[in-house]
Amino acid sequence: MSTRRVSMLAVAILVSLMAGFMPIHQDAFADDAIASAAGSAKVAATSPSTPKVDTGDTAWVLTSSALVLMMTIPALALFYGGLVRRKNVLSILMQCFMITCLISIQWLLFGYSLSFGPDIKGLIGNLSWAGLHGVGAVPNSDYAATIPHLAFMIFQAMFAIITPALIIGAFAERMRFIPFCAFTLLWATLIYDPVCHWVWGVGGFLRNMGALDFAGGTVVHINAGMAALAAALVLGRRAGYPKFVSPPHNLPFAVIGAGLLWFGWFGFNGGSALGANGLAAFAFVSTHMAAAAAGLTWAVMDLVFNKRPTVLGTISGGVAGLVSITPASGFVTPMGGLGIGIGAGIVCYLSVAFAKTKLGYDDTLDAFGVHGVGGIWGALATGLWATKSVNPAGADGLLYGNPALLWIQLKTVLIVMAFSFVGSFALLKLVDKVAGLRVSELDERIGLDLTQHRESGYTVID
Amino acid sequence: MADNERKVTMKYVIAVIQPDRLDAVMSLLEQKEIHLVTVTSVMGRGRQKGIAEVYRSHKEAGNLLRKVKLEIAVNDDFVQPTTDAIIEGARTGKVGDGKIFVLDLKECIRVRTGETGGEAIG
Repeated sequence: MSTRRVSMLAVAILVSLMAGFMPIHQDAFADDAIASAAGSAKVAATSPSTPKVDTGDTAWVLTSSALVLMMTIPALALFYGGLVRRKNVLSILMQCFMITCLISIQWLLFGYSLSFGPDIKGLIGNLSWAGLHGVGAVPNSDYAATIPHLAFMIFQAMFAIITPALIIGAFAERMRFIPFCAFTLLWATLIYDPVCHWVWGVGGFLRNMGALDFAGGTVVHINAGMAALAAALVLGRRAGYPKFVSPPHNLPFAVIGAGLLWFGWFGFNGGSALGANGLAAFAFVSTHMAAAAAGLTWAVMDLVFNKRPTVLGTISGGVAGLVSITPASGFVTPMGGLGIGIGAGIVCYLSVAFAKTKLGYDDTLDAFGVHGVGGIWGALATGLWATKSVNPAGADGLLYGNPALLWIQLKTVLIVMAFSFVGSFALLKLVDKVAGLRVSELDERIGLDLTQHRESGYTVID
Repeated sequence: MADNERKVTMKYVIAVIQPDRLDAVMSLLEQKEIHLVTVTSVMGRGRQKGIAEVYRSHKEAGNLLRKVKLEIAVNDDFVQPTTDAIIEGARTGKVGDGKIFVLDLKECIRVRTGETGGEAIG
């Protein structure tokens, strides 16, 4: 099937979905007007009395939503963009921007419902919230009793956006754009939404098993990380890898991106407390300390192995620390954050500097090496450092006398790793067969900006 | 006889120097009344080995260094002052100072007026 046909098909599907959901969408507004008084039956699992909206909590969650959006555009865009060759910088920026557009709409139409909607057998939500039907100003007390349901929804939307964006790092510089869009939509619906439901959805089987994931270690990082590994294997190495590969073309971009990621992560983790309270403060602080510890650790390891601390290393360390603290942030003390950060610096450094070279796969921007490995370390570290003294709704970890949590975390990690890898691999192979994932050798040499978008990131003369 | 006298032979001087010596070279050229020059930023290497860059798992061998290239078209009698100025400005005595190439220049044309030869050069 040619690219043209695939894109026409995609547009047709999108338009018909929107048309199909229009009538339901109008109903939702009418329902909400009387919902608060009557307690509409369409909104599943709310308590009979209207939960009260807290202004502080709502302000914080909405702000956090904006912070997390910023983590995709432009933080991740700049971080990844600065690390690729000049001729491919626009392709990264475009992929990030387009994911934002695509997944926002997918989330609205059915993604949110599949992820957080009324449960089916512990595996997936149903479609009763499609088009955000029944999702309005009234809080959903299962998920966040003090903020409008819409606020919770839009906060989660930003997570759904950034997760597929992380995978970009694995296939950078060689993926065709339209098939990339198709893969992203399929991945979001068939991989992200289920895993999100398992870990965070009411009735999700991993949530019921007692898995702790405060802000997305498994749902976001391990999920994206394993998909990244699959993508690196399916798409194959870049031409000339590993011998003739260019260095990052704009490290200042990457530093700006990393700084914005750190800044935005306070929304990612702090906002996951879903309230403007002490728990948010704990999450904020442990996030910060983990990032600082990991950045320093990576710089030290660079000093040991490369005789000099590097900029790329330090910022990568910071990001690795942020990844690792994500599942743990609302369950650990600041000192726990320190420990997790140091561990992240060591583990991710070894994964990126040694394991990748030895195993020979081209995970171009270390999406698996940092997000996958960091996510795995973080999820397991939660099993070590979690303490009920920080979050009574959580559990105690191994270091607080409870080995059971570590075992639950391990099971969760393995299940998500397996599902994400196998599922992503299959989806990639499918899209490859239908549309072709990888650019031609000539296009790869010319660069994606010119061949996929007919644009140049930097003009040479004027 | 008249034809030969009118024909002034010209040379094209290409010099690759350390970037931080450019200012010194330019001011010396000015002093010797050599004003016309084209300067480009280039990568290059002679016997001086490059700096091995490291990016996460990727270590570069260290091949090319930043240099500056000057290109000056001169009439024959200006070749010596030009190369003198460049050498005086660019020489530090260390490996990596650069090189100067002098080429025969067949023709030189001023775009604005159409002048050719030695008159077009200055």
